[in-house]
Amino acid sequence: MSSTKYILGVFDDPDELMHGIDKLQKNSVPIYDVYTPMPIHGIDAKLGIKDSRLGYAAFMFGCVGGSLIFGLVYYFLVHDWPMDIGGKNYFAIPDFIPVTFEWTVLFASYGMAFTFFFSTHLFPGRAPRVMDLRATNDKFVIAIDAKGNIPHEDITNILKEAGASEVKHNDRKYVSYE
Amino acid sequence: MASHSESIIREPLITGKNITYGQITDDVLRPVENMPGKAWWIGFSVASLGALLWVVSISYTFWFGIGAWGLNKTVGWAWDITGFVWWVGIGHAGTLISAVLLLFRQNWRNSINRSAEAMTIFAVICAATYIGAHMGRPWMAVYSLPLPNQYGSLWVNFNSPLIWDVFAISTYFSVSLVFWYTGLLPDIATIRDRATGLRRRIYSVLSFGWTGSVKTWQRFETVSLILAGVSTPLVLSVHTIVSMDFATSLEPGWHTTIFPPYFVAGAIFSGFAMVQTLLLVTRKVLGLENYITMFHIESMNKIILVTGSVVGVAYITEFFIAYYSGGEYEQYTFLNRFIGPYWWAACMMYGCNVLMTQMMWSKKVRTNIPISWVLSIIVNIGMWFERFVIIVTSLHRDYIPSSWAMFYPTWVDVGVFIGSIGLFFTMFLLFIRVLPSVAMAEVKLILKSASEQAKKKLIDDGHLDPAHVDFYKDNLIKFDSVEHSDYEKV
Repeated sequence: MSSTKYILGVFDDPDELMHGIDKLQKNSVPIYDVYTPMPIHGIDAKLGIKDSRLGYAAFMFGCVGGSLIFGLVYYFLVHDWPMDIGGKNYFAIPDFIPVTFEWTVLFASYGMAFTFFFSTHLFPGRAPRVMDLRATNDKFVIAIDAKGNIPHEDITNILKEAGASEVKHNDRKYVSYE
Repeated sequence: MASHSESIIREPLITGKNITYGQITDDVLRPVENMPGKAWWIGFSVASLGALLWVVSISYTFWFGIGAWGLNKTVGWAWDITGFVWWVGIGHAGTLISAVLLLFRQNWRNSINRSAEAMTIFAVICAATYIGAHMGRPWMAVYSLPLPNQYGSLWVNFNSPLIWDVFAISTYFSVSLVFWYTGLLPDIATIRDRATGLRRRIYSVLSFGWTGSVKTWQRFETVSLILAGVSTPLVLSVHTIVSMDFATSLEPGWHTTIFPPYFVAGAIFSGFAMVQTLLLVTRKVLGLENYITMFHIESMNKIILVTGSVVGVAYITEFFIAYYSGGEYEQYTFLNRFIGPYWWAACMMYGCNVLMTQMMWSKKVRTNIPISWVLSIIVNIGMWFERFVIIVTSLHRDYIPSSWAMFYPTWVDVGVFIGSIGLFFTMFLLFIRVLPSVAMAEVKLILKSASEQAKKKLIDDGHLDPAHVDFYKDNLIKFDSVEHSDYEKV
């Protein structure tokens, strides 16, 4: 039994990376994940990753923020301490709009950003789970779970044929832990 | 797909030969990974002296109260609110570049958005310090928040634009911060993975454990797009609300419905001028000529020209409406701008903002770096005077001649203002030292489609309309970072 845990196909060019994904999929080799220094459009569709639902989260948080401040202002100015300003209506909706808008935006932004951090496991101090340190610089890396995916030589050949500049057989999953 | 060839008639966004993904990282991170040069230290020393002046002046103000400023019963707002509006306006360009230009798919924003957003954050910090300071007793700032208190509770008045402003500025700062920092995560991860030892630990914490996996990027892009979508109306709302601080009053010169669009245009105008001021120096000192090219400079100058002209039209409209309103106080206020004792301030305002920027109709001016830089400073001066004219000139002679007065700044007024510029530059210089000043991931994104080398390859391959190629080559002449001899033969 080989001690290889993950096979990494390291590419110099995003187009070759896409080619590599196609070839692996044609040969029914499951891909664990792909690490790139920049967003590559179309890769999520290839890997069958569904569209992000963060937009819905943003919408819901925005609704919460807007309703919350509108309700609060209603309570302050209409219910708790109505002020007679020249006999004008206490419930002066146009005056409520600026703050309602601001909190809609504030809640939508922060709610969505924190949902993103939460769902992607991003927070200050999290140990980076990096398989190849160059994947944040100039290399495009396809990671393949070696367990069950045998023979490894075939995978290496597929990656090389697709244009990988380097194929690594890693004994450890992540290189970033000291 | 990751790349497709872009039309040849578009100017390149990245110049230089043999630019690779690794080269972009190396170029952008050079100031972060190495000790700063002499220029940085000189700049930082001067800026920190300015920041020190700010600390002294603001402490003096807090200790003795705003009586230390030159305010009087008639002119109750002067350099404080002038400085506040000036800084908030400057901040607007960062959001405009990062959000509005993203929605419009303007790829040239990719290399300037990071530093412009940083500028937004620092400018809003400067603006916020004015708000705190002008309250006189800054700890009373807590009463601008609707918190339960022992008076009833006596809530804040949500009918007042000043309270809207508290919400607008704080939201604007918070949203800009999250937008900026989310965008920084992948680039901080790049620094982390190249660093060792303590640096690596620090950047590791700052990077939130970013990996660059497919899902991370997919969500990142969704977040960026939605943040851009909500920031766009937000940035418009912020200066609209700032303008309502004035427009909802009954003060002649302030009480006009044109203020919101006029202020927003002015904000974008002054913000782009400040971006230009900073980036023309930054690109030279940090050697980023290949990423912040002449195309970027000219595009920003075009925006300055457009917004400057919008502001000019607003000035004319203001005058016409003052005349057309038939209100004698309104008419006098505008006449007083020219024949009153502050005529010189009005001359600075109209001269710097409208007359000088009209020079940018000429392509020679737009693509000349020293002239662009000087013009950007002139715009910043002009926009400061615009706020001064609106605030002080309107206030000093409004209704009752017996209460007419002049405003004379004290050294504390001047110190807080000059100091805030020092504070701003101190923060900016620290930023370019510790964080990547160009969004590397976003620049890498356009390397294969919009770079000079990609376009050169297309030309060398042939199959292009020769007229288009000639058009492209003619456009390259203005670029200072392109080897023109390469194009003589092709």
